[in-house]
Amino acid sequence: MSNEHSMRRVTAIRNGTVIDHIPSGQAMRVLEMLGISGETSVPVSLVMNVPSKKMGLKDIIKVEDRELTQSELDRLALVAPDAHVAIIRAYSVAEKLTINLGEEVVNVVRCTFSNCITTNLREPQPHRLRVVKRDPLQLRCHYCGRPQDLDELARNVL
Amino acid sequence: MAGLITMDDLTNEQILEILSDAERLLPVARGELYLPLLQGRILGNLFFEPSTRTRMSFETAMKRLGGDVVNLGDVKTSSVVKGETLFDTIQMVDGYTDIIAMRHPRQGAAQYAQDAARVPILNGGDGAGHHPTQTMLDLFTIQQAHGRLEGLKVVLAGDLRYGRTVHSLSHALVRFGCDLVFASPDLLKMPEEIVSDLRAHGANVLETEDLYSSMAEADVVYMTRIQKERFADEDEYARCAGAYKLHARHLADVKQDMIVMHPLPRVDEIDPTVDATRHARYFEQAFNGVVARMALLCRLLGVTVPADVTAEGGAL
Repeated sequence: MSNEHSMRRVTAIRNGTVIDHIPSGQAMRVLEMLGISGETSVPVSLVMNVPSKKMGLKDIIKVEDRELTQSELDRLALVAPDAHVAIIRAYSVAEKLTINLGEEVVNVVRCTFSNCITTNLREPQPHRLRVVKRDPLQLRCHYCGRPQDLDELARNVL
Repeated sequence: MAGLITMDDLTNEQILEILSDAERLLPVARGELYLPLLQGRILGNLFFEPSTRTRMSFETAMKRLGGDVVNLGDVKTSSVVKGETLFDTIQMVDGYTDIIAMRHPRQGAAQYAQDAARVPILNGGDGAGHHPTQTMLDLFTIQQAHGRLEGLKVVLAGDLRYGRTVHSLSHALVRFGCDLVFASPDLLKMPEEIVSDLRAHGANVLETEDLYSSMAEADVVYMTRIQKERFADEDEYARCAGAYKLHARHLADVKQDMIVMHPLPRVDEIDPTVDATRHARYFEQAFNGVVARMALLCRLLGVTVPADVTAEGGAL
């Protein structure tokens, strides 16, 4: 099935954001990281496990009437660093956003280790997670050095 | 100025240089010679968690070298109890002192303090994280006994999950090509990420619950206390406490020059019958805390330890 076919599985959106090339099965995690739940009032379409030339299988998310901000892109980088993000205005791609996962993730999420010094949220220094490996993603806290539990990260978004 | 947060802050060459400085400082540590290399310098002792040996040996080390010490004192009566952040405490002590020795119950606190401070931080233990100054005195003790660090077989036993001393020590020993045996109850196994880190560095690591049969080929047996304060669950503690009780009779078939070490305090993991054997080294190890910390204080304050301390030092 062509990429075009995959994209058309859900209706084209007028205004909003399309997140394409999400690793298959990760769409729910992306929504969680972006804080989009059933209680969010904007329409959200989600397609999972559709064929992709590049990835074999992939997920796609379309969020209507909402444009992702830089801090949301930073969060997305932790779940789908190679995803393609397009801002749609009047049914056309108005902007393509780039996701950057640098060597360190600063003030995006806090360390998942319960006894880390940074669990005291009154401490003013930045939350810093080092990117140890990109594929699969491995993060360690700059302060306590503990590997991060990626399933927990969405609960620790700042 | 850089401090000492984990053993990764030192190269093998620097470790050996510091151990050599420590060796030369022995007569000063014993009080046989007065050598005020750190006169006019002030150490800030920030112990947010109880400590006897580490705090006292830092204080002794500083004073033997002619320096002075200010203490945070009891956390219960300090501004910490009023809700002061670690960041603010460090800003204050940073202005009062030339170097800070710190212990904190939260992991990562030492790195956090170093990022906030201008003066060097010596990590005296951060939660279940690292305890590099203990590692330096452990390495000094091992080198004293065996004349080398390379290629030894070291058994680390007891609480390997929460014991920060064994975390720092195993990283350092692997860098010197030592073979490691981790002997612990299943609940207190060395954290998986540490074992995989060590193996990634090419270490030969064996995990077992059987301490006694792993001792025959060992050059060092490093015992640790099962730390009651690290258990949230009383029942879990009861199941692990008393897992190992090293008695003199267990030492019949060990190597002649094998040494038994322990960071102290001990509870009942080393029976007093071991104290009188040729293998017991834990009290010398505790004394070595002074000399190792003297060498570290000099190094981090940029003070060179003279090649011939006898020529430079005076009588007390």
